[in-house]
Amino acid sequence: MPRLKIDSTKRRNSELALLALALLLVLAYSATVEATMLDTITPDFWVPTAALAGVFLALHVVVRFLAPFADPVLIPAAALLNGMGVGFLRRLDLDDVSGVAEAADRGAFAGVGGRQLAWTLISVILAAALLVLIRDHRNVSRYSYTLGLGAIILIMIPAVLPAQYSEVNGAKLWIRFGSAFAIQPGEFGKLALVVFFAFYLVRKREVLSLASKRFLGIDFPRGRDLGPVLGVWMMSLLLLVFVKDLGTALLYFGMFVVTLYVATERSSWLIIGLVLFFGGVFLAYYLGELVGGPFANFYDRATVWLDPFGDIDGDGYQLVQALFAFGTGGLFGTGPGGGSPGIIPEVQNDFIFAGMGEEIGLFGLISLLTLYLIIVERGLRAALDVRDSFGKLVAGGLAFTLGLQVFVIIGGITGLIPLTGQTTPFLSSGGSSLMANWMLVAMLLRISDAARRPLASGGGLAAAPGGKPAPQQLHGAETEVIRP
Amino acid sequence: MPELVLTVARIGLIVLLWIFVFTVVGVIRRDLFAGARSSRLVAAPRGVGAAFNQARPAAKVKRGRSARQMVVTAGQLAGTRITLGEAPITIGRAEDSTLVITDDYASARHARLMPRDGQWFLEDMGSTNGTYLDRAKVTGPTPVPLGVPIKIGRTSIELRP
Repeated sequence: MPRLKIDSTKRRNSELALLALALLLVLAYSATVEATMLDTITPDFWVPTAALAGVFLALHVVVRFLAPFADPVLIPAAALLNGMGVGFLRRLDLDDVSGVAEAADRGAFAGVGGRQLAWTLISVILAAALLVLIRDHRNVSRYSYTLGLGAIILIMIPAVLPAQYSEVNGAKLWIRFGSAFAIQPGEFGKLALVVFFAFYLVRKREVLSLASKRFLGIDFPRGRDLGPVLGVWMMSLLLLVFVKDLGTALLYFGMFVVTLYVATERSSWLIIGLVLFFGGVFLAYYLGELVGGPFANFYDRATVWLDPFGDIDGDGYQLVQALFAFGTGGLFGTGPGGGSPGIIPEVQNDFIFAGMGEEIGLFGLISLLTLYLIIVERGLRAALDVRDSFGKLVAGGLAFTLGLQVFVIIGGITGLIPLTGQTTPFLSSGGSSLMANWMLVAMLLRISDAARRPLASGGGLAAAPGGKPAPQQLHGAETEVIRP
Repeated sequence: MPELVLTVARIGLIVLLWIFVFTVVGVIRRDLFAGARSSRLVAAPRGVGAAFNQARPAAKVKRGRSARQMVVTAGQLAGTRITLGEAPITIGRAEDSTLVITDDYASARHARLMPRDGQWFLEDMGSTNGTYLDRAKVTGPTPVPLGVPIKIGRTSIELRP
């Protein structure tokens, strides 16, 4: 039988080329920003890009050795988004700088943009460390219960902490250490939760997918099997109440329902999930109107969403400014550095997409959205190709979570859905979000490496180091998968 | 900075962004085609297998030809082939089976194939929905001739020389 020998270096070389192109883009972006805002380009404008280049190349080298078959487009796409984010945050800093001399004097790590740059370096190194640490994604399943417990603790800490330590802009998602430093534990909880869901559903999917009643041509699960999904639904509603954030609730619930759907191949779970979620949201909305209290925050947001122009100078201010920014940008934007993103409150966090939208226009925004789409698609591709069910569910869950988060925040700032306080992956300023998203990329790289490793080379299935029993039980039989 | 330079930079940046996007799509596309080409390379023996299919009546008559590989012909794993050795082969949904099948009608430990004196025997391991050799339900260890389908749920498996 002809053995399949795919050269992994070709793949890695195209990754390197794409990475170089991405970095060139970031460099061009920061040069344009300085040219527009300062009327000249400072001699040190390349320093942040060079720092990014160093750390991305380090990650590339780690992948070359430890995950040679990994997907070649994940790192460049994430790197470009991250680099554009850093560039835009540095551009925001320049708003407060007067004169070329002061701008030239600033170090690479000054201001919001500098902090973001530092966090990027840390996050990418963390991603590389994760690739070194986890040589086989199946090993992660051993710590599933620990991760599940950790996730619940991480998510609940801000919810139970007093508001002064956990509340930022009405959403209790943070742990604050003084005024300067805050972490968002939910970002990491999210990843741990995906792993736990995947593990749990690999175990339970037989029950959940076999027993069913047929109704209207769709297989619906039995009443008693609804337990887990109802449990997670209750939990996300509680989150909606305590964390006061619709996006977070939607994210966790959507994550679970989709992982359940992937595990069981039953579309009825999606229907049940959507019905439950919309039911819960309507309930929360009317309770917010009638009772107020814990639901009031959600009610306010929904009102703003329904009519942002109803209270332009009050509650609707932020959203309206974002919509104006998109409008000003038009198709091609005002050019990097040519807009006035400073008007939008929280433009460095939740509203970064609106700020960028003003400057790079619809065409630029769509290209960034396409990059998100590509990352999600590659994640789902890895999920389809990988051979073990745990890996499938983890990759599918992670990719979907990223996509859903992008949808929730960008839907929020464009007025498609009620606004919620999610971060824009890779773009928003914030260390927790960056670290979590780069960990997600590392996990996808690891799984896609396992998925694309040719079986004939003996690495993937026959001799996975420290794998679960499956490889050893093959009795030396040679398995070869031929795709139709 | 002259206005012209800034305009060029502004538009150029967006063009560059899209060049990046399309390069990425190009890499993905090349990747897909590389996969297609390589699977064609591997698929070649499948064509050989099809030739064997047609020649099966003759092969069936010839006694003493031993099975060298097991091929999944229908079901989710269709196309998977396992080279047979000396060791028994377990089939089921349990992760430690030799052939892990994700079939709704398969049990965790569904069936087992064992070699004895050059002949492979099929044995049902107490599955819920039964194992069928051609159309007959397998109750005890049954010798499996070449090219006769073993049916487990929606999955169909054959032994090939």
